[in-house]
Amino acid sequence: MSDTPRIRIRGLRKSFGANAVLDGVDLDVPRGTSMVVIGGSGSGKSVLLKCILGLVAPDAGSVEIDGQDILRLPWRERRVARARIGMLFQNGALFDSLPVWENVTFGLLARRMLSRRAAREQAGALLAQVGLGPEVGVLAPAELSGGMQKRVALARAIAAQPDILFFDEPTTGLDPIMGAVIDGLIVDCVKRLGSTAVAITHDMASAGRIGDAAAMLYRGRIIWSGPAARLMDSGCAEVEQFTHGRREGPIQMALRR
Amino acid sequence: MSNPLDHIAALGRAVLGFVREAGAMTLFGLDGLGHLLRPPFYPRRFGRALLEMGFFSLPVVALTAIFTGMVLALQTYTGFSRFNAASAIANVVVISITRELGPVLAGLMVAGRIGAATAAELGTMRVTDQIDALSTLSTEPMKYLVAPRLLAGIIALPLLVVVADILGVMGGFIVATAKLGFIPELYLHQTLSFMQAGDVISGLVKAAVFGFLIALLGCYRGYTSRGGAEGVGAATTGAVVMASILILAFDFGLTELFFSK
Repeated sequence: MSDTPRIRIRGLRKSFGANAVLDGVDLDVPRGTSMVVIGGSGSGKSVLLKCILGLVAPDAGSVEIDGQDILRLPWRERRVARARIGMLFQNGALFDSLPVWENVTFGLLARRMLSRRAAREQAGALLAQVGLGPEVGVLAPAELSGGMQKRVALARAIAAQPDILFFDEPTTGLDPIMGAVIDGLIVDCVKRLGSTAVAITHDMASAGRIGDAAAMLYRGRIIWSGPAARLMDSGCAEVEQFTHGRREGPIQMALRR
Repeated sequence: MSNPLDHIAALGRAVLGFVREAGAMTLFGLDGLGHLLRPPFYPRRFGRALLEMGFFSLPVVALTAIFTGMVLALQTYTGFSRFNAASAIANVVVISITRELGPVLAGLMVAGRIGAATAAELGTMRVTDQIDALSTLSTEPMKYLVAPRLLAGIIALPLLVVVADILGVMGGFIVATAKLGFIPELYLHQTLSFMQAGDVISGLVKAAVFGFLIALLGCYRGYTSRGGAEGVGAATTGAVVMASILILAFDFGLTELFFSK
C-alpha cells in the first residue's frame, strides 16, 4: 500500500473543441511529496488541476488517489474524497459575500464539524497560522490586500487539515517579497500537516522554494519529471529553455494568431 | 453571391441553438428544484434570498402598483364615460390589477432588480472561481446558490403581488374618490362585491411562476457565464431580457389556461 503513489494520473486527456489541452498526461505524486508542475501560459496546468479535482470532466484517463479512481466514484463518495483535499485558487476565490472568518471556516461549517460560535474562534487560530491577526476575521475579502487574500485563502485550504493540497499559481500577482512569504507559509503548512502537495506555477523562484519534485507540462503531456533541485540543469532542452527564460530553443511561442 | 441554402442552414443553427438552450435551462431548473428536496438545506441562504427578493423589492413594486391603479382609474373613466359606463371603474380596476397588472408589473420590476443582480453575482462568482471553490469545500453549488433562490422566487413574488393588489386598488380608489367624485363607501363596496377569489388566486399563481422564472433565468445565466467582465455583462442583460419575455409569454399561457372557455 505504501508503494502506491498518493496521486496517480494515467492517460488524462481533455480537449476544448479542436484544442487538445491535455493529451495523455501521466504523473505520479508519492505521498508526502511536494510536486511542482511547471509550464507556460495556456499549457493546461490549471485544466490539469481542475480535472484532478473533478471540476472539469476529462475526456479520458484516470486520476487515482490512494489507488482509488476518483473520477469514477459515485457523487457521495467523491464528496468524501474531496473532503481530504484542500485547494488554493489562483486569485484566492474568497467568497465576496462572507466575512473572512466565515470564508476560512466555510468547509468546516459545510461538513457540520463546528458550530458557528466555535467556527469563529477556530478562524482566529487558522488566521494566526498564516500570520494574520484575529481582527482580520471581521473584514470583508474586498478590504484585504492581494497578499492578505492569498493568506486567507491558504488558511481556508488548510482548515480541515487535508491529506492533499493543491496550489494554483500561488504567487501570481504578488511582489517578490510577498511571494516568498506565501511560499514559506505553504511549505510550513504542508510540513505541519504532513500533506502531499501539488503546485502549478511558472514562477521558477516559487517552484524552487515549494517543490521536492517537479514536472513540466508541454503540448498536453508531461515531458520531464525529476527532483525540483534539477530544474535549472535538467538535461531536457524544453525545461532548460523555460527555466532560464530563453527566447531561442525548442519551445516556439506563437506571437501572432 | 450567397447560396440560399446558407440562410436555411443559419436558420437551422439558430433553431437548434434555441432548443439546446431551452433544454439546458429546463434541466438546470429541474436540478435546482431537486436540490430543494434533498438535504443539506441552507435556511440562512433562503432567508437572505427572500429578504433580497421580497422585502427590498417592496418600494419599487409598491410605487409601480399605486401609480398603475391611479392611471387605470383615470383612463377607464375617460374611456368608459363615452359609453356612460364610468361607474364600472371600480370593477375594471380590481379585475385588471388582481388578474393581470399586479403580477405582470411586479414580475417585470423584480426581473429588472433581482434577475440582473443574481446573474451579476453568480457570473462574478463563476469567473473568479468562487463556484469551483464551493465544490472543493464539500458544498454543492446548485444546492447552496440556486435552490434557495428558486424557492425564494416562488414565495416572494406572490407576497409582493398581494401588496401590489392592495396598493393598486388603493390607487384607483384615491383617484376615483378624490378627483372623479365617487363616494368612498360605494366604491369600496363595489370593489369587494365584484372581486372573486379566483381573480386573486390566479394572479398569485402567475406570480409564483414568474418568481420562479426570474430566479431561474438569473441563476442560469450567471451560473453558466463565461469570459470575464464581458461575459458577466452579457449574462446580466440576457437574464433580464429573457425573464421579461418569458413573463409575458407565460402570462398569456396561464391566462389562456385559467380563463378561456
